[in-house]
Amino acid sequence: MRIAGNGLLGEARQVAFSFDGRRFTGLEGDTLASALLAGGVRLMGRSFKYHRPRGVLGAGSEEPNALVTIGRGAAREPNMRATVQEIFDGLEASSQNRWPSLGFDLLSLNDLAAPFFGAGFYYKTFMWPKSFWEKVYEPMIRRAAGLGALSGLPNPDRYERAFAFCDLLVIGAGPAGLMAALVAARSGADVILADEDSRMGGRLLAETREIGGQAGHAWAAEVLAELGAMANVRLMTRTTVVGAYDQGTYGALERVGHHRPRHSRALPLECFWRIVARRAVLAAGALERPVAFRDNDRPGIMTAGAVRAYLNRWGVSPGRAVTVFANNDDGHRTARDLVAAGVHVAGVIDSRHDAPLSDAFEVHRGARVCGASGRRGLESITIRSVAGESRVQTDCLGVSGGWNPSLHLSCHMNARPLWRRDIAAFVPAPGAVPGLEPAGACNGAFSTAACLREGAAAARAALADLGRRPAGFDLPQAEDAAYAITPLWAVPGRGRAWLDFQNDVTVKDVRQAAAENFRSVEHMKRYTTQGMATDQGKNSNVSALAVLADATGRGIAETGTTTFRPPYVPVAIAALGAGGQGKGFAPERLTTSHSASVERGAPMIEAGLWYRPGYFPAPGESGWRQSCDREVNMVRGAVGVCDVSTLGKIDIQGPDAGALLDFVYTNRFSTLKAGRVRYGLMLREDGFVMDDGTTARLGETHFLMTTTTAAAGEVMRHLQFVHQCLRPDWDVSIVSVTEQWAQFAIAGPKSRELVNGLLDTPLREGDWPFMACGPVSVLGVGARLFRISFSGEHAYELAVPARFGDSLFRMLLERAAALGGGPYGMEALNVLRIEKGHITHAEIHGRTTACDIGMAGMVSDGKDCIGKTMAGRPGLVDPGRERLVGLKPSGAARQLIAGAHLFAPGGDAVRRNAQGYITSAAFSPTLGHMIALAFLRHGPERIGETVRMVDHLRAIEAECEVVNPVFFDPEGGRVRG
Amino acid sequence: MRISCPICGERDRREFHYRGAALTRPAPDAGEAAWDAYLHLRDNPAGATRELWYHETGCGAWVVVTRNTLTHEMPGCELAAEAAR
Ligand SMILES: [Zn+2]
Repeated sequence: MRIAGNGLLGEARQVAFSFDGRRFTGLEGDTLASALLAGGVRLMGRSFKYHRPRGVLGAGSEEPNALVTIGRGAAREPNMRATVQEIFDGLEASSQNRWPSLGFDLLSLNDLAAPFFGAGFYYKTFMWPKSFWEKVYEPMIRRAAGLGALSGLPNPDRYERAFAFCDLLVIGAGPAGLMAALVAARSGADVILADEDSRMGGRLLAETREIGGQAGHAWAAEVLAELGAMANVRLMTRTTVVGAYDQGTYGALERVGHHRPRHSRALPLECFWRIVARRAVLAAGALERPVAFRDNDRPGIMTAGAVRAYLNRWGVSPGRAVTVFANNDDGHRTARDLVAAGVHVAGVIDSRHDAPLSDAFEVHRGARVCGASGRRGLESITIRSVAGESRVQTDCLGVSGGWNPSLHLSCHMNARPLWRRDIAAFVPAPGAVPGLEPAGACNGAFSTAACLREGAAAARAALADLGRRPAGFDLPQAEDAAYAITPLWAVPGRGRAWLDFQNDVTVKDVRQAAAENFRSVEHMKRYTTQGMATDQGKNSNVSALAVLADATGRGIAETGTTTFRPPYVPVAIAALGAGGQGKGFAPERLTTSHSASVERGAPMIEAGLWYRPGYFPAPGESGWRQSCDREVNMVRGAVGVCDVSTLGKIDIQGPDAGALLDFVYTNRFSTLKAGRVRYGLMLREDGFVMDDGTTARLGETHFLMTTTTAAAGEVMRHLQFVHQCLRPDWDVSIVSVTEQWAQFAIAGPKSRELVNGLLDTPLREGDWPFMACGPVSVLGVGARLFRISFSGEHAYELAVPARFGDSLFRMLLERAAALGGGPYGMEALNVLRIEKGHITHAEIHGRTTACDIGMAGMVSDGKDCIGKTMAGRPGLVDPGRERLVGLKPSGAARQLIAGAHLFAPGGDAVRRNAQGYITSAAFSPTLGHMIALAFLRHGPERIGETVRMVDHLRAIEAECEVVNPVFFDPEGGRVRG
Repeated sequence: MRISCPICGERDRREFHYRGAALTRPAPDAGEAAWDAYLHLRDNPAGATRELWYHETGCGAWVVVTRNTLTHEMPGCELAAEAAR
């Protein structure tokens, strides 16, 4: 219920929302949890395994119980914590893991069968028959035990990723974090202050303590106003720092859109930040831990600190007759604040015999709560003391078993926390994460004054590391009470006392694990599933290991903790993968002829990041084959134009350019004359083929290398490696010019005619023999012409600066049309090169040698080159290897398929008998039948033999004749003509 | 993870291409054992390593990075061209 005049929301706007279809009104600034508590709702969820009714346990991101689904349809988001979810107009929330309704859940029958469901139940029960596990047991268990469900529809939400840099990252904006940020910011450092709450201030918003004579929240507001006005400060609310990584890198999740209606899609739902900080202060505070006792999971039982937070921040009392159960002084503050707000306190139960007394409420010294009743909501508790047992009517019990410092980030780089007996808690190990300094409650300093002190000190230490002088500063006055605690983890007795609320792990389960010799904390965790729920044990780890320590007769320090790993809170995969949905950030590389190709209806094919036209459909053509066949015939009969700009172009200059080429290619280039082009073969150092292409000598010390489209990046990297790492003494410069030049293949018997129509000085008969190159002028534009051919026809490649590419392509097409020619795409290019036996990366796929592709002779004897030594290994030159041949159908079946395997005729088509495989296959319109390139054992020695092709996937077989891989014009008359 | 390129300064490792251990290429006649070691045999040290990275989306420099596999410290980064001289 809302307590008038209490809390920090003041005269906030009213907000209408719904929970399980019921309408509620809350205030702007409410979380779903505070608004539901204000509306008298205590039952908010069902537990994972037993479907026990559950209410809110805490008031922060560690909440294990109050998980809800927000929204509906494709945008619905399961497992949102009601304690984090802010309400907004039209918010639709629904409970999860219940059927048919939250109040009446049939699967809560699991709870009645609980005696059978203890730790290890699944492991022991569903052992056999083995086949039943996947088919019967697992689906059944999964249906019964679960969290909220995804919609199953594509996620319509946007996610982003972002990067930030700063001198000092302050994690947490409570008193320690605010102080650290203020000292650093006033000293001129670039500061990022990140806090996971929607409003900064940490516990100062939940407490009634004063700082410097004013209310803590007012002091926080003042500091935040100062920080917010400074240019060197970035305040990041709703941002949870989830991981600490090497070199001061932190991952952080910003909830950008969860607190707004989803119909405004201008903002992303979440943003995942990578923050690189030179120094960091961990001021993440502490989490209050419950005490385990029988049925301590009744809705209405929560941490004492959460009760104060609901009262002091949101002006909500979670009950009308509240009790408190504590083993430390802190819990008494809850009672005091409630009394001050006019809420009835039905008693404080303190396990310590010397607990402080009060005039305002009854204190049961040396007493323990040993039971709770009220199935869907707390009705009463049972207290046990030396005087015996008694019952107290109460609808809300605040429990404080002490505070656990939120040291998780300090463990993300393998450090183990240290146990401090005096506060019965773990604290970060010194130097746990380089550059990260813990301060305040996360460091075990629980008084407000200590938080301020440690925050300021951590900032000063960071400033010193950064070489900055800290600004002068007086710490404001604040309470500095000692933290008095006597550990109490679990109240002994019958029944089930809960440790891990979400995963339904009880004290008994942990003891049973110990009894079955799962004594290591890591084994206990996995056997009981304690700490494996979405809260990752934030509410239960320390208590569970204390119970384990007790059961095994060891100390807590000796028992140790499990490993805290990132992320600190659950992070959606969509946030981590922001930018990777669909096309995401993948760049698209478009050639200069792209628009003209698309205008002609060419379907574009992805080639790495490039897009290239598949074919250019002509009117009346109904499929790619028809267009492809026409384009092949057009090139062989007249002239075709094809954009080849995607091939890698690497400009190599300097006195040692020739030496570099001799070293990276198997064959020689230093002997190539200026104005000539040579085909080159490149090996990897292990002797296998890396890439091939032509290199032109444009001048005495100037070469232009081309690579295949696929290997352009790899070859560039390789050349730089060879130069910088192996031959840094060579005077040579290497630069990629792929995108600087638009280059077009002009191929076919009429190619010279087409080229001449554009050149300012036409080529004469006898000029520009095959493999010539040089500068030309195209309508006044300086260009390069290469007489090279991939199609086997008389052909040229004409290169112009990229800005002229579009107009040259259009001009070429227009003039080609007049000669009976036109553009051709990748399909025709592929057929043309297979007809000529030219290889691509289908053949040089990383497992082929120079010998395999019939180029053993290209490995020059007189010089060293990359890969030469290892290429000479006997296994790489064995004639029995699978070597390149051509195939054509020789039987009734006429279809050849790339990827199909080759066998001897008559032999079984099994792997043991495999003799090779087809790498490229196409219908040759020139020859009128299918042709293929293949690798076959002893290949070239078997010309004229018959082999059997089997495609096991498609169940297709064909008899093939082994032929020369150059199907068309093997003498090369056309290319030289 | 960030690498301090001697030319560009501290940069995100996503700008770099990783090659592997920084080794000396054997002479062509160094023998099978030397070549086998160069191509295939790698130490897996718990401690200091020297490895080659290529600042592919930066300046194009190959750099030799000294990295401690235990502490993740990167005490050194020099141009491979200078390291090789
Ligand atoms: Zn660089």
